Amino acid sequence: MPRLGDRVARVRSKNAGPFWITVDIFCGSPEVFAAVRQSLSTEAVADLFQQPSQLLKRFEIPDLAVIKFSFPRPVVQGSREDRDMHGAQMAILLEELELPE
Amino acid sequence: MPTRVLVPSGVLGLGFDRAALARGVAARPDIICIDGGSTDSGPFSLGTGTSKYSRAATKSEWRQLMMARAEAGVPLVIGSSGTCGTDATVDWMYEITLELAAELGQTLKIARLYSSQPSGRVAKALAAGRVMPLTPAPHVSAETLAAMTNIVALAGAEQVQAALATGADIVIAGRTTDTAIISALPIARGDNAGGAWHGAKIAECGAQCSTYPTSGVIMVQFDEEGFTVEPLADGARCTPHSVSAHMLYENSDPFILYEPGGHLDVTASRYQALDERRVRVTGSKWVPGRYTVKLEGARVGGYQTTIMAVLREARYVTSAQEWIDKLHAYLTEQIRVRMGLSPDAYTLEFRLIGANSALGALERRTGSPVEIGVLGLVTASTAEEAEEIGKLINPFVLHYPLTRDEELPTFAFPYSPAQSERGALYEFALNHVMELDDPMQAFRLEVTEVGRA
Repeated sequence: MPRLGDRVARVRSKNAGPFWITVDIFCGSPEVFAAVRQSLSTEAVADLFQQPSQLLKRFEIPDLAVIKFSFPRPVVQGSREDRDMHGAQMAILLEELELPE
Repeated sequence: MPTRVLVPSGVLGLGFDRAALARGVAARPDIICIDGGSTDSGPFSLGTGTSKYSRAATKSEWRQLMMARAEAGVPLVIGSSGTCGTDATVDWMYEITLELAAELGQTLKIARLYSSQPSGRVAKALAAGRVMPLTPAPHVSAETLAAMTNIVALAGAEQVQAALATGADIVIAGRTTDTAIISALPIARGDNAGGAWHGAKIAECGAQCSTYPTSGVIMVQFDEEGFTVEPLADGARCTPHSVSAHMLYENSDPFILYEPGGHLDVTASRYQALDERRVRVTGSKWVPGRYTVKLEGARVGGYQTTIMAVLREARYVTSAQEWIDKLHAYLTEQIRVRMGLSPDAYTLEFRLIGANSALGALERRTGSPVEIGVLGLVTASTAEEAEEIGKLINPFVLHYPLTRDEELPTFAFPYSPAQSERGALYEFALNHVMELDDPMQAFRLEVTEVGRA
């Protein structure tokens, strides 16, 4: 199965303040946007980040062909258990997620 | 009244295109605004009340901006001075400004806007039910507030307007929202409030909203219907896509942005390319609400010592997880016996660099690395205890064998000593807002004139 990162233009993640992470999927075209919107379930993303899906906010922005997810950071930025101060490596998990065509 | 705001870059200390800045000054801005901070690099800056950028980088860029201000003859504003925007970093920035004023021979009126909060003020507001948690919020009480090393409130447009109203040439602000320094003047001059906040959000990272993000300099023109954004570096362009996509950046909700006194709603915003470089935005809405300011606070979460070893021997690389599990159990016992410390009095954690150190339990891939870095993190309640644990575990991190009947291995220590004292571990301790009766209630202004005989 193809990986999400091979189908879309770009996936990025970043802190949105010390308590949240936000992930942007730039699909690159309306066609890919429509396909990814169908095949990428909120539950799959929640599972990837080990978050309860009710805490995961999902936004779909057709004008930009973007799907965006925001969720509370699994550990607060900079706390003892944090491993990634800027949260930018989280995007790799989505890039590497295999999706049905 | 149309208001032109020149933004030299997303943050002071990261550099900008000097030719583009000169072009911006020549285009007659009404104000020059730059952000000086962020929480993005972690709690250390706020915890200690120090800047994350070097004094030399800050001073050399501030010199350029002070010269640009003198040439343009308009106010220059820096928000969230010294990364964290505490009173100490406002004073640090003020000191740099005084040095430069003397070196450049400038006569200046300087307003300092202070944002630090005494814990007693916040505790009183908390008791009065005027401190509200955001999601997710750490537990807060008068006691936890008193233990914080620094608390700041994020100023909005009103406090920056008060500083500008003093007639200051330069405003050195403590913590502000990233957007408030940019929106303050357009709002004061009666430009469209939705457009002012939206344009400020688009401009707060400098040229990040353009096709040439590292060029820094952009100009935003605000008016009664909206705003027009234009990058000033050669070859940089703003497109409806690059501009609208910036609302996604470091923002958990791409349509709503909360600010002191209300929120911005860009659901109905329209983005139109005026030409190859410029984008016009209209239809953004400001929705007034209660006057609350966001609080940020940091406290010491322990003291750390770290240790690093590299495993290259194939058997240890393959069995690295098993090795650290056994080593951890052995060291826990050694620390208990030799130091009399039970495991709940400190933490010892090993992370495997080359396996899963960035993502931890979220990691889904496995591989066959050539070598593995073992990063040991000791967190204890005092620096002395952390250092002592570091010294105690050092020889075992170097020599601990996987099995009893083998010659002692010796792993690669990259430096001597292998352990490093990190000092205090700071942590963010507030994700709350505080309600105010008057915007200046939690902020303080100082105005001085320098260079006058």
